[in-house]
Amino acid sequence: MRQFLLFILIIIVGLTFITRLFYLQVYNSEAHNLFEDNAIRKVYDYPKRGFVYDRNGVLLVANQPSYDVMIIPREVKPLDTLEFCSLLKISKEQFIKTFNKSYHYSPRLPSVFVSHLSKEDYAVLQEKMRKYEGFYIQKRSLRDYQTTIGANVLGYIAEATQYQIDNDPYYNMGDLVGKQGVELSYEEELRGVKGIKFIQKDRFNRDIGPYKDGIFDTIPQQGKDITISIDAKLQEYGEQLMQNKHGGIVAIEPSTGEILSLISAPTYNPNLLVGRKRSRNFTKLYNDTISRPLIDRGLLRMHEPGSPFKALVALVALQENAITPQTTVTCSGVYHYGRKGTMGCHCGGGKRDLVLGIAKSCNSYFANAFRKSIDIIPDAGQAMDVWSDHMKSFGLGNFLGYDLPIGKKGNIPDGAYYDKWYPDFNWGATTIISNAIGQGEVLVTPIQLANVTAAIANKGFYYTPHIIKNIDGQTIDEKFTTKRQTTIDEKHFDPVIQGLHDVYNNGTAWFLKVPDIEICGKTGTSENFAIIDGKRTQLTDHSIFIAFAPKDNPKIAIAVFVENGYYGARWAGRIASLMIEKYLKGEVTLKQMEKLVLEKSLEDEYAKPYSGKPFTINK
Amino acid sequence: MYRETNRHFRFDWMTIILFLLLVGFGWLNILSASHIGETVDYFDFSQPYGKQLVFIILTFLLIILILSIESKFYERFSSLIYLVSMLSLIGLFLFGKNVNGATSWYAIGGMTIQPSEFAKAATALAVAKYISDLQTDIRVFKDQIQVFIIIVIPAILILLQNDAGSTVVYASFFFVLYREGLPKVYLIIGLLLVLISVSSLKFGAIVTAIAITLIVLAYHFTRRKKPAFLKTISVIIACIVLSFGIKFLYQNILQPHQQDRISLWLRLEKDPVKIAQMRRDILYNLYESEKAISSGGITGKGFLEGTRTTGKFVPEQHTDYIFSTVGEEWGFAGTTFVVVLFVLLLLRILHLAELQKSQFSRVYGYSVASILFFHFMINIGMVMGLIPTIGIPLPFFSYGGSGLWGFTILLFIFIKLDSNRINEW
Repeated sequence: MRQFLLFILIIIVGLTFITRLFYLQVYNSEAHNLFEDNAIRKVYDYPKRGFVYDRNGVLLVANQPSYDVMIIPREVKPLDTLEFCSLLKISKEQFIKTFNKSYHYSPRLPSVFVSHLSKEDYAVLQEKMRKYEGFYIQKRSLRDYQTTIGANVLGYIAEATQYQIDNDPYYNMGDLVGKQGVELSYEEELRGVKGIKFIQKDRFNRDIGPYKDGIFDTIPQQGKDITISIDAKLQEYGEQLMQNKHGGIVAIEPSTGEILSLISAPTYNPNLLVGRKRSRNFTKLYNDTISRPLIDRGLLRMHEPGSPFKALVALVALQENAITPQTTVTCSGVYHYGRKGTMGCHCGGGKRDLVLGIAKSCNSYFANAFRKSIDIIPDAGQAMDVWSDHMKSFGLGNFLGYDLPIGKKGNIPDGAYYDKWYPDFNWGATTIISNAIGQGEVLVTPIQLANVTAAIANKGFYYTPHIIKNIDGQTIDEKFTTKRQTTIDEKHFDPVIQGLHDVYNNGTAWFLKVPDIEICGKTGTSENFAIIDGKRTQLTDHSIFIAFAPKDNPKIAIAVFVENGYYGARWAGRIASLMIEKYLKGEVTLKQMEKLVLEKSLEDEYAKPYSGKPFTINK
Repeated sequence: MYRETNRHFRFDWMTIILFLLLVGFGWLNILSASHIGETVDYFDFSQPYGKQLVFIILTFLLIILILSIESKFYERFSSLIYLVSMLSLIGLFLFGKNVNGATSWYAIGGMTIQPSEFAKAATALAVAKYISDLQTDIRVFKDQIQVFIIIVIPAILILLQNDAGSTVVYASFFFVLYREGLPKVYLIIGLLLVLISVSSLKFGAIVTAIAITLIVLAYHFTRRKKPAFLKTISVIIACIVLSFGIKFLYQNILQPHQQDRISLWLRLEKDPVKIAQMRRDILYNLYESEKAISSGGITGKGFLEGTRTTGKFVPEQHTDYIFSTVGEEWGFAGTTFVVVLFVLLLLRILHLAELQKSQFSRVYGYSVASILFFHFMINIGMVMGLIPTIGIPLPFFSYGGSGLWGFTILLFIFIKLDSNRINEW
């Protein structure tokens, strides 16, 4: 027995070692990854971020150098803080605070001491920099906006969040990434690929030369320049027209789906979110809860579509053979339904066919059309499903799929929706009759409305709206060049388009004609409510307008939404006409109308709910 | 004629091949751990890898010398060798050079020699000689004391030079004595010693004392043939004294850094922040060596490609921490290879030792296996964090001339003794 003790011990120790090694090297080992190896310093070489041009080749966004003062706290030697602070334009308290913060982060690693020095400050500082050991200047590239427009479309860049750094291995602390708009949507194209150098460190964190003579090092790939479909002149004009108003304008080229302008008001100057003042300005914009300039109303503002929706109601009714263009309704100024339901109408009364019904925006006519298209199928739920599918084929009730990072679904109710609302009630067309005039449970965003307009202009199809025109000459994503067919046959569009055209001839927008341009449009006025001091209070109606022009071979489809602008033709209609003329002619001849729109401010309207006093509406 | 040639080459070639593999692979890793920059000048004698190459070449001369001396010489002159070795250790107190706090080196010209590396072989010879003496009976207490003195003299001398790591190795002679008939009670005492020490530090002296009392009493009363009560009581008292003594030793005699090593190993500290700080400060070497080993993965990063090795992240990597280089550059495949080489070598020596006809050769062979085993177990266990930090080299592998020669002499005297086992007796 005695001779086996050591023998067995040797085998046990050998096996224990192999088990431990298995645990360390196989089970618990991360595969060797240069990026996670802290014996290797990674030095990044940042590429130029791609420029952004408008559809006519106008440069919108370029780059500018910026200089960060970096600190390695351990290497800092006693210095003339008074002079240093005055050069950096910071107070001594700030200096001490930032120093302690950096030291706390890491005494050995660099952190940003003062970010985004201006070129002038840099020039002064650079000469004296060598006096301040432990500090150095790092060059970065910031955005340089060549324009003051389109802030929400263009978006902005800012330092990557911790979440992004954790979830995308490409990003490092301090990297600038697109946060909104085109900068976010086309981040990967714009940013390029940064170059990297691997440097072998020793345990004192000193560089001891390139890792393996630099065979893994890469050179940066420049970011790609992109051209967006925005027409800068039209965008600028739209933003001017929307001054002192809240709302959104979306203009689309029907034949391609390109977004010509995407205006959200109030907006802000994109230059505010660049450089050293970025975070202060951002906070200011973010905290402005009345104007909310950071919210893109063109993409995010859900509202009831109002009368423009009647065009779709008519199309569905035609497709379902519930009416023909010749179907008439005699309007008495009020539409009766059910036992005691009534719906008022402002059309002036008289006998209406489809074309005249659209032109005059007759509520009675479309209440009838809607009711018929539901009643034609015995089961209301099924009928509503059919109706809903038609509506959704226009891109409503769901995300449109455009190439901007934000959006809202809107709402198109179907059978199940109302079954849920009225679980114990045999609901029918009359229960939900408000949908006929775009005031029921239907919700849309301005861009959805513009897309519907484009689909009508195209007589039954649309291209998914998009902001990209080309990326460094490459073709764009196939999904933006694929035709989306609606469920309405082409032949049904003719009478509806005629009706929309008559809106300008003898209808609700007769006073908005533009010389030499045949426009089809539709006014809309949508009631809206706010909760003020716990009470549901009606506010001035929203002014809504859709239009496309020219009538044949349309070049522009537009939707305008002006919050609390009262009736549709009043502001939204005027703005639409002016935008169309500006785009098609390049100049505006309707000077009178232009002056009126430019000068009118709705700020007092927006102040009413906050005044704390009773107020009148729709004046 | 045939007999003549046969005699000269009848060495155990398997042991020699294992030795050569370890020395060769060891040198490659010393090269990795100590080279600077991209290009390698193999004969740059200012660098450890260049010096080690010289040591290895000299080692072959040493081997030839050892193998060409009559094997009788080692047995006959073992006492003298032991005496000279002990004198060389004593001489350190007069002429020794202090390196890293230990006075373990003679400096001769530009060279340093560490006599404690040779003392192991000398002690092994002396122990073999004493035990194989016909008058010695290891089961007798008087002889136990004498052999104990032979072992403890170098241990104490080395401890006095502040080289605690090398002292521990002398405990390995326990296996030799046990093999040769040391009563079992020592094994039980040894195990108890370890158990009580660990328990006393981990759970406290009082808890340990109570537990031992209960266990011994239970043993006493469950035995059919009751042992003398006085004997039981004295065992209990001895254990209690021991458990408090260990606690006292730990708190008052050990130096703070030794306390911290043990505290971390036994997980005595509970505060995670403090543990992290201690790991970073006190176990910096271990922390880095574990990281280097685990970063190697299954196949390693490749020869001369280890980033942590190149960056010299592991201090003392070419000496005591050489195994971490194997781990980083050769991965699990390489480390397992080294462990298997050592296990094969140790088992082979044990096997040969058992085959010896002379007791001297057997005891000596057993000593060689025990000493190498202790180095292997402590060094690799330490580098992987399995046992507290004890700074001793990995035989044949670590950088250092004295170490390499010491182990070579130790091993090849046995190979020489083994080669004669048929012709003698």
